[in-house]
Amino acid sequence: MATATAAPVAHETHEEHRTSTGMSNTKLAMWVFLGSECLLFGGLISSYLIYKTRGAGLLVPTDVFDIPFTSVSSFVLLMSSMTMVLALSALRRGDEALSRVWILTTAMLGGVFVGGQVYEFTTFLREGVGFTTNPASSAFFTLTGFHGVHVGLGIVMLMSAFVMSSKDKLHKEQSETLEIIGLYWHFVDVVWVVLFTVVYLVPA
Amino acid sequence: MTTTDISEAVDSTEVEHEHPSDWQYIKIALILAVITGFEVAASYVSLGDVLVPLLLGMMAVKFWLVITWFMHLRFDGKIFKQLFIAGLVLAVAVYTITLSAFEFWA
Repeated sequence: MATATAAPVAHETHEEHRTSTGMSNTKLAMWVFLGSECLLFGGLISSYLIYKTRGAGLLVPTDVFDIPFTSVSSFVLLMSSMTMVLALSALRRGDEALSRVWILTTAMLGGVFVGGQVYEFTTFLREGVGFTTNPASSAFFTLTGFHGVHVGLGIVMLMSAFVMSSKDKLHKEQSETLEIIGLYWHFVDVVWVVLFTVVYLVPA
Repeated sequence: MTTTDISEAVDSTEVEHEHPSDWQYIKIALILAVITGFEVAASYVSLGDVLVPLLLGMMAVKFWLVITWFMHLRFDGKIFKQLFIAGLVLAVAVYTITLSAFEFWA
């Protein structure tokens, strides 16, 4: 009985937390972090653009791209952004069960994307384009690999949110936690929007 | 400043807003999917000099849709938008200069 009454009190205490700016510090920190991430990916994209034709007489990644396959991966990641906002929307309405379904769907779509990237990398290796083959391939694997790691971290965050929700620790009052995870996830998606066009579609 | 004053100040900076409906999010996702389809189709058609600006334009539209609708920049406090845009503009400026230094555009 005592346990049943203690949980809502803890939620209220969390909700009452306010800052002098009137804005959430963690949300502010996430936006600053995402702003700095623009510089990280900007550097990696620039390096790729400079090196993408420097193949030292060997195959470069653009020679072995499989655009239809990567297009499907891009579609999967875009749809994961939709399921992410639906998860947040459900949590804000207090529909925790539906929110869990969308969180898990988002993580699974992210997993499909990473799986696709692993398959793509393996295919490239078989074709003779490895990380150290030439400057073009090094720049390509570094750029897309970094993005893949970001997706992987996003999946870890999503699964943590799923576990929290399953343990009855993620309620409407803590929707900001899921919103911050969502911001990170959408940023990873938006970076891929740029990579897909600049790396895969714009001709060398 | 009393506790009441702080509370009022905080309340005045917090902008209450309506969140988009699930259907609106689905519509945005569909638009993103259609634009992606156009991007891929355009890369297979011989469009000459128009191709790259067209692809970059579609990319910019997708980018803007995701950050304004899915990341809620359209509805959230201005400071979040300013922080992100500052990082984005700085990145674009720095790396445009860097690429120019490497004569990438030549």
